[in-house]
Amino acid sequence: MKAINRIEGRAYPLGLANVDTDAIISAEYLKKVTRKGMGEGAFATMRRNPDNIFDNPEYAGAPILVAGENFGCGSSREHAAWAILDMGVQAVIAVSFSDIFSGNAFKNGILTIELPQAQIDMLLDAARDGQLAIDLPDQTVTTESGNVAEFGMDPFRKHCLINGLDEIGLTLQMEDAISRHEREIDERMPWLSSRRDAA
Amino acid sequence: MTAALPRTLYQKIWDAHVVAMRDDTALIYIDRHLIHEVTSAQAFDGLRAAGRQLRRPDLILAVPDHNLPTTARLDAQGQRLPIDDPASAEQLDALTRNTAEFQVDFIDAVAPEQGIVHVVGPEQGFTLPSTTLVCGDSHTASHGALGALAFGIGTSEVEHVFATQTLLLKPSRTLEVRVEGVLGPGVTPKDVALAIVGKLKASGGQGHVIEYTGRVIREMSIEGRLTVCNMSIEAGARAGLVAPDDVTFAYLKGRPRAPKGAMWDQAVSYWRTLNTDPGAAYDKTVVIDASEIAPLVTWGISPDDSVPITGVVPDPDSFADPARRDAAAKALAYLGLTPGMRMQDIEVDNVFIGSCTNSRIEDLRAAAEVVRGRKVAPSIRQAIVVPGSGLVKRQAEDEGLDGVFRESGFEWREPGCSMCLAMNPDKIPAGERCASTSNRNFVGRQGPGSRTHLLSPAMAAAAAVTGKLTDVRELTS
Repeated sequence: MKAINRIEGRAYPLGLANVDTDAIISAEYLKKVTRKGMGEGAFATMRRNPDNIFDNPEYAGAPILVAGENFGCGSSREHAAWAILDMGVQAVIAVSFSDIFSGNAFKNGILTIELPQAQIDMLLDAARDGQLAIDLPDQTVTTESGNVAEFGMDPFRKHCLINGLDEIGLTLQMEDAISRHEREIDERMPWLSSRRDAA
Repeated sequence: MTAALPRTLYQKIWDAHVVAMRDDTALIYIDRHLIHEVTSAQAFDGLRAAGRQLRRPDLILAVPDHNLPTTARLDAQGQRLPIDDPASAEQLDALTRNTAEFQVDFIDAVAPEQGIVHVVGPEQGFTLPSTTLVCGDSHTASHGALGALAFGIGTSEVEHVFATQTLLLKPSRTLEVRVEGVLGPGVTPKDVALAIVGKLKASGGQGHVIEYTGRVIREMSIEGRLTVCNMSIEAGARAGLVAPDDVTFAYLKGRPRAPKGAMWDQAVSYWRTLNTDPGAAYDKTVVIDASEIAPLVTWGISPDDSVPITGVVPDPDSFADPARRDAAAKALAYLGLTPGMRMQDIEVDNVFIGSCTNSRIEDLRAAAEVVRGRKVAPSIRQAIVVPGSGLVKRQAEDEGLDGVFRESGFEWREPGCSMCLAMNPDKIPAGERCASTSNRNFVGRQGPGSRTHLLSPAMAAAAAVTGKLTDVRELTS
């Protein structure tokens, strides 16, 4: 996974609340069996509007997206995170995120930043005519005119993102604890395992 | 030793599954993993690419549902019919190949037990009280109806569970939704679910696990509880739970994958301890009076946009919050509705009875009761009933419900996700309106440009016979 330190560039000033996963990537794009190439289907419905921000050359290739509350609500499709990543977005800044989406984003190395609505409004204004700069170690978003928004961040997620760490590899280091739990379950709740049937 | 602190049902299940803690993140053991064709292929690929083992194939059950056409799957000679859409066929093939390679229990598309993953899990007794259950699908919350802590995960998490049988999670806050009183005539579990989502709003449950309590939930069948828990995610909650009780045990006993004999007794005596202790505190409690719940129908593009069928399309200007006002105006434009229009005057082109929310036997019985002896209105372009599983379908046929539907003009289909999500041939064309028993009315959910009104199976049946949204109480009283 790609390590994240500083993300600098234009930001899509989306601003909307309740952007659902069907809006991010509709079901017709869910039939791929690989993760690549999802970006072409991202925000397809919004892109039918000729004035949409995603096809506005001004924001082409922007690495940041700014939205309102409850971003990524709806289904658990990780394709939403893949689509956003595949279109080149490395960070989403929003008032809040659905639980599933923020988990999926993190697992794919997308930084999710939560900020209050007033700060989001400030960033949306700034994003319309200038760049934003995210500093993950410092936990700040800075506008071209020098306004700074500080954000909170889970220390473990921050550590993983900065170092590009693979979560599965980290968990496998806890093999002993997992095996111990499985032995306890076999003992106390034998009905949960069908390994016994095979034995 | 000090007395144990009172705990909620959620805390009891959580505590029993903590493998290790790292700061405030827990490594949680996963007891049950359901997979389908859409969110598993990339996870199997990831496993192969990293040269990792599938840790516990015996805790996984696989069944295809999202992509499958709901038309006949076998020809007259019993030969499997090909799937026209090559992308769907490829995804379904990938599931067949992957489950064979990794030795995962697989219910094939033509097996009698095949169905929607959230119908199959409970029906097979794969879903059990006190388990942690995951699936790469947000409606996994359904399984909470049996007292399982069940939630949807993304494909990377599917891969994490494949490799480690665990997930890294932070504890959720707890939200009690207590539904008191008795439901009125014509008011069904779907109306309870829509009322709850309407009250909490689409993000009201965020960061929470809901426990549904109160007389209405206690007196509800497992089918009804599955409908209510299914829509927990529409309020933003990760999971919804109902404490297991005699209704749960009676439902599970004798199911193919449920424990048997002495082990069943041992399991039940443990499951009986899974109640929220007196004095245990929820982070939040919301109380809903059943007498205030009417048959509901959605007017917008978020599942929390519902009104009683006797109501009218709201005026966007009536919303104080500017974001909500804006969203309502967009919704009305998309749906082709005008403020003040009576909901009962909205004509529909299609009726869909099915989905993981409402495709179980009780749903089909409720709909059949309304259509019995009536005809689907001539203005309806398509009316379909899609049973949630092959077993539901067979039971409905044993009860003669297929005949009731067919005689009235409904199509009787093979099990699958069907018209809920536009991933298979069952789609609503742009601009057409559908009365749908599914769970989401998002823009384009049933096909690009499709217009969805969510409602109960009985209400969907009523809409089919009149050609417009209808108060089912007027047909049945």
